Amino acid sequence: MKLTETLTDLANPTRFLALTARILPWLAAATAILLAIGLYQSAVAPDDYQQGATVKIMFVHVPNAWLSMFVWSVMSVAALGTLVWRHPLADVAAKAAAPIGAAFTFLALVTGSLWGRPMWGTYWEWDARLTSVLILFLMYLGLIALWRAVEDPSRAARAAAVLTLVGAINIPIIKFSVDWWNTLHQPASVLRMGGSTLDKAFLWPLLVMAIAFSLLFITLHLAAMRNEILRRRVRSLQMMQASRVSFTTEAGAGPREAGASKEIGAA
Amino acid sequence: MSALAALIRRDIRIALRVGGGALIGVLFFLTVTVLMPFAVGPDLALLSRLGPAILWLGALLASLLTLDRLFTADHEDGSLDLIAMSRTPLELACAAKALAHWIAAGLPLIVATPVLGLLLNLDGTATLAVAATLLAGTPALTFTGMIGAALAVTLHRGGLLLAVLVLPLSIPVLIFGVAASQAAISGPLPFGTPFSILCALSLASLVIGPFAAAASLRHGLD
Repeated sequence: MKLTETLTDLANPTRFLALTARILPWLAAATAILLAIGLYQSAVAPDDYQQGATVKIMFVHVPNAWLSMFVWSVMSVAALGTLVWRHPLADVAAKAAAPIGAAFTFLALVTGSLWGRPMWGTYWEWDARLTSVLILFLMYLGLIALWRAVEDPSRAARAAAVLTLVGAINIPIIKFSVDWWNTLHQPASVLRMGGSTLDKAFLWPLLVMAIAFSLLFITLHLAAMRNEILRRRVRSLQMMQASRVSFTTEAGAGPREAGASKEIGAA
Repeated sequence: MSALAALIRRDIRIALRVGGGALIGVLFFLTVTVLMPFAVGPDLALLSRLGPAILWLGALLASLLTLDRLFTADHEDGSLDLIAMSRTPLELACAAKALAHWIAAGLPLIVATPVLGLLLNLDGTATLAVAATLLAGTPALTFTGMIGAALAVTLHRGGLLLAVLVLPLSIPVLIFGVAASQAAISGPLPFGTPFSILCALSLASLVIGPFAAAASLRHGLD
């Protein structure tokens, strides 16, 4: 009950802007501190007996990979918000999250590829995990292309919401089919039945980095949502201005005369 | 029920007549398959090894090419609005339209497969396997593609956007279609395993496709 009330409260963009203006500096500070701790911890973490110093790529790679999937889940919830509850900010949230999610996915691919070169001897391998993340990246790009192809924001929002939900159903299917197709990547080792197989020396920095990256996402997401709201306000102000100009030109004298009379008035 | 049957009959008739363009898909399928030997060389052993993959890729692209026609013409002449307003649920109408589209544009691809199999040096078992997997898999392509077609028609954007949205969704169908064909030709897996998953994908898309397409049409048409 409390949660729905808060959500309804936030439906007012002005209230949302005021709230995020207060929260954002704290979030940004927390992100910076945690990121600094996490980076320090990963820098002093011992080398792996087999992989050497390259194991440190993991501390950046794994949080990015987690977030690439987490952002799509956030967008799916936002898509439900658009289609079912018609929450006015849901569409803003989904639209702001897509480029951030695409960036995390891209970073996961790049860091994974850099890690793969010394470990597997190749930058790219048509392996199940890599391929399914690449497809996830393509789906992010398709979604962004959909937003960019349509001028009317509300129409684009509903279309993108349908596509996000279809993607949310399809991504597990794609993942599982690609797994079946070809696999080389190691299976999950942190979150699994029977506890983590990762040593504590690696687990702690990884967890700190994961939390820091999640906070980074929340910070960037809220900032991007603020930008999107402001961008829409600018757009509607511009449209009001344009309609006012066309109204005066239609109703009164021609534009040149109107401008001339204004100049006279100014003089 | 009779309304749906009438809708299916009407769509098939429009697709097969002049200006319908359902058979362009088959022509495209033929052309893509003929292009392949020019790209990889006329080595018959290589072609028969790549054959199922070439046929599946050709069928995927051909069905993508014709998807644009699923809603566009009806949207332009206003009959899509009538269908949306009629008493038949829009989900069922979408399913009927996709079924008609599959009969008019998907079945000819499967009929053409044996001929194209000859060109690619596939033997009888291989051709039969590819035709069977296409028969089981192309409904999934049509029904998931319908979601993209519905999105594209409500946004007044077809063509490339449709391809970008639909192709990633059709990856599982491609994987299991080719896997089942390869299993029938060379093993070591039994044909049944990937083939049943392919059928499952088709059945799942039969459920998800109409609902998603109807949702996007209902939100997008105004």
